Amino acid sequence: MNWILSPSEVGPDDRNRIGPKAYALSLMAREGLKIPNTLILTVDAYNAFVNSGGLRERILLELNRKTFKDMRWEEIWDCATRIRNIFLKNQIPDPLKSYLTEKIQSRFQGKALVIRSSAPDEDASGSSFAGLHESFVNVRGTSSILDHIRLVWASLWSDAALLYRQEIGLDVDNSQMAVVIQETVTGNRSGVVFSQNPNDETQVIIESVYGLNQGLVDGMVEPDRWVLDRDKRNVLSHKPAQRDHWMIPSETGVEMTPLPEDLSRRPPLSSEEAIDICELAFQAEALFKAPQDVEWTMKKDALYVLQSRPITTLSASETQDKRAWYLSLHRSVENLKALRTTIEETLIPEMIKTAKELSEKDILTLSDKELADEVRRRWKINQHWVNTYWKEFIPYAHGIRLFGQYYNDAMRPDDPYEFMNLLAQTKMASLERNQLMEDLAAMVREDRQLLECLKSGAVLDPNSKFSEKVNQFIEKFGDLSCAVTGGTECATDTRPLFKLLLEMAINPSSLASRKQPRNALTLQQRFFERFQGSKRKEAEELLDLARSSYRLRDDDNIYLGKIEAQMLNAVKETKSRVNTLESRKTHTSELDDLKSVIQDFDYGTDHRKVSIQKDEDGIKVYPRQLIGQPAGPGLSKGKARVIRHHLDLQDFKHHEILVCDSVDPNMTFVIPLAAGVIERRGGMLIHGAIIAREYGLPCVTGIPDATYLIHTGDDITVDGFLGIVTISQRHKMGFGQAF
Amino acid sequence: MTHYEDIKKHIRKLFTNQKLAVLSTHHSGQPYASLIAFVGKYDLKKIFFVTPRTTRKFTNLSTDSRVAILINSSLNLDSDFHEAVSVTALGSANEINGSEKDEILGFYLSKHPYLEAFAISPTCALVEVTITTYVMVKNFQHVMEMHIDQ
Repeated sequence: MNWILSPSEVGPDDRNRIGPKAYALSLMAREGLKIPNTLILTVDAYNAFVNSGGLRERILLELNRKTFKDMRWEEIWDCATRIRNIFLKNQIPDPLKSYLTEKIQSRFQGKALVIRSSAPDEDASGSSFAGLHESFVNVRGTSSILDHIRLVWASLWSDAALLYRQEIGLDVDNSQMAVVIQETVTGNRSGVVFSQNPNDETQVIIESVYGLNQGLVDGMVEPDRWVLDRDKRNVLSHKPAQRDHWMIPSETGVEMTPLPEDLSRRPPLSSEEAIDICELAFQAEALFKAPQDVEWTMKKDALYVLQSRPITTLSASETQDKRAWYLSLHRSVENLKALRTTIEETLIPEMIKTAKELSEKDILTLSDKELADEVRRRWKINQHWVNTYWKEFIPYAHGIRLFGQYYNDAMRPDDPYEFMNLLAQTKMASLERNQLMEDLAAMVREDRQLLECLKSGAVLDPNSKFSEKVNQFIEKFGDLSCAVTGGTECATDTRPLFKLLLEMAINPSSLASRKQPRNALTLQQRFFERFQGSKRKEAEELLDLARSSYRLRDDDNIYLGKIEAQMLNAVKETKSRVNTLESRKTHTSELDDLKSVIQDFDYGTDHRKVSIQKDEDGIKVYPRQLIGQPAGPGLSKGKARVIRHHLDLQDFKHHEILVCDSVDPNMTFVIPLAAGVIERRGGMLIHGAIIAREYGLPCVTGIPDATYLIHTGDDITVDGFLGIVTISQRHKMGFGQAF
Repeated sequence: MTHYEDIKKHIRKLFTNQKLAVLSTHHSGQPYASLIAFVGKYDLKKIFFVTPRTTRKFTNLSTDSRVAILINSSLNLDSDFHEAVSVTALGSANEINGSEKDEILGFYLSKHPYLEAFAISPTCALVEVTITTYVMVKNFQHVMEMHIDQ
């Protein structure tokens, strides 16, 4: 058991105990290359930590809640968040803590440090883990250093790292992590050198920035770029960068600041220095017998190697792995801010304008040919916005995740989703819709005659205040019969809105009173009190960004639904004309045209095919207790209402539990009636979980085949604390079905 | 892990790999648990064990034949919490005598040959449990029930 090694103590057998990054640094130090003052925490230290207090099994329990392949990326993020919290909440056990403290203090004597990951299984894979694990720069003070060591250990279990390990077939359960601790070298110039250009083996590539290398590695600072000839060792070309910012050490951590003007006018390296760096890369290449990607920094003309690794990008096209995609799952604050501006100032107004423009066009006055063209036009418009949704709106949801990590790092809460309380009660379009429904239900409740009228299905007085308000509601949100916001008359035989209003009127919602901002203000105050000065401003900005991201997570679907509803209106009119023309048995080229445009639309068809297994040998299988992800705290019992088609929602009864494949904001109008939410799709930040939290409802997500294992009428219990659904009594009608 | 083929596979694996199970009986409402060496049939419809007729469990079975049997794959390690699979079989027990006893005893001893002297003793009963339901737990809290028509 050896928890810490100096590079000079590292031997050939230590590779698997310290990981390739630390091993390479040790070899380079031995060969006389200049590396920062370094200590290496072996995997033994990691194992001592996770073996204390049953942490290892707690991690594995999280990872094995479900079969990994059945978990969506969002569930894996949740899982990684809970595991990260385990690392944050558990202190390093005393013998290890004392040992590390003594070693680190005597070696570095209070200097600022860099804490880097070095996972041994990076070696086994032959793949690049670059960027998947965390590193921290400019960490000061024993307590903070120990904290950051735990964060580096935790990054072994980040969502991106988990996905990547799974993809390349590594044994996730037995992963372990070594840590490189180095004195921060505050280089005034830093960069990366590729001893061989991945696209041209005769060249060397150097990228360089002013300040710390973190700016370049994180993609925050654009580098100057040099191309050199490998044989002649001379500069072939130099491409200057914008050079407006640099990353420098701050009081704690690093910060981006404007680059001093005199530096912005000249490149960070001279040609001679570029050649020196090229020589450094060749030394590393000779040592490791393969082209290298070397990170370096210069302090007062002394050239330090920060790390060296084989250039895996050479084979990236062959392996076609998804590491880049996994990395893209995390967005920087700057990136999200830019996205926010685009979404709030351009995209949302355009969506509203588009929906309005489409709704104002009277499709009834169009000729058959014009109508066919209009359907095609609307299809293209809708497709454009669907693509925009995936490209711009979905990534913007990372604002919530970014804030969640920031909050958890600062507050170390027991519940890793405590941060959601600061986001709840944000003004969302779906909540506005639900409030309007509650207002309409209250009108019905207070007016006996109106209530009886709705019950009997009698025609309402079109001039009544209630009719006026209903029309306003339908104009804004549709009649709820369609799977999109703004759609109307998708149901053929009944008025779903009235059925739901009646149910709400007869059963006054207790949820309205439950919609309390759960100590959000106190939490917010406590959160802000943790920060001073520029850090406080950063925290405020991040919370604001997260709230915007949270609101848009719901609202974007509502806006998108309104555009889709206009497309559906045109399709509906087209279908109607086709039916009329066919009934007259008149065959025209316009009829063919109309028929051809609606062939592409097939709404309301359930394409899901789930094979329900029949009994065999007299054996039937029933679910008793299903495990998913806890997505909204609380415990609730009730009858299940399984939603397989949108119109199933109209039968929703007070205090039923909503069971569905995937909740979207165009469905959540039944939530004020519900006692709980169960969803097949998993994740804390999916729509079902968000709306359930808004109403304080227990919610469990990520139950595979939920809508087929649970039947409408089953007596079920939703445990939103543990993520467990129990079927206590199967509905008589459903009992005969087995799986 | 939802469909019946998977569940059957898990139960058969437990039948093969586990030698011992916990038998639950009761007397006048007082529950009682005891360890048994068991064998299960491939069609999952029967589980067999042997016990002296003087035991508390046998006495209990004589007054109420309903039983629960717990079989599990735990190794007494931390990893059991995410790796172990357990199954509770519910059913009804009765002693086997007559012509079929030799055949079943042979089947039983093929799994537990070291119990031969014990099992063939005239004071020892061969007990057959007819299973109506299996309740299988996996992934710590995922529970499925399998009902068998006898």
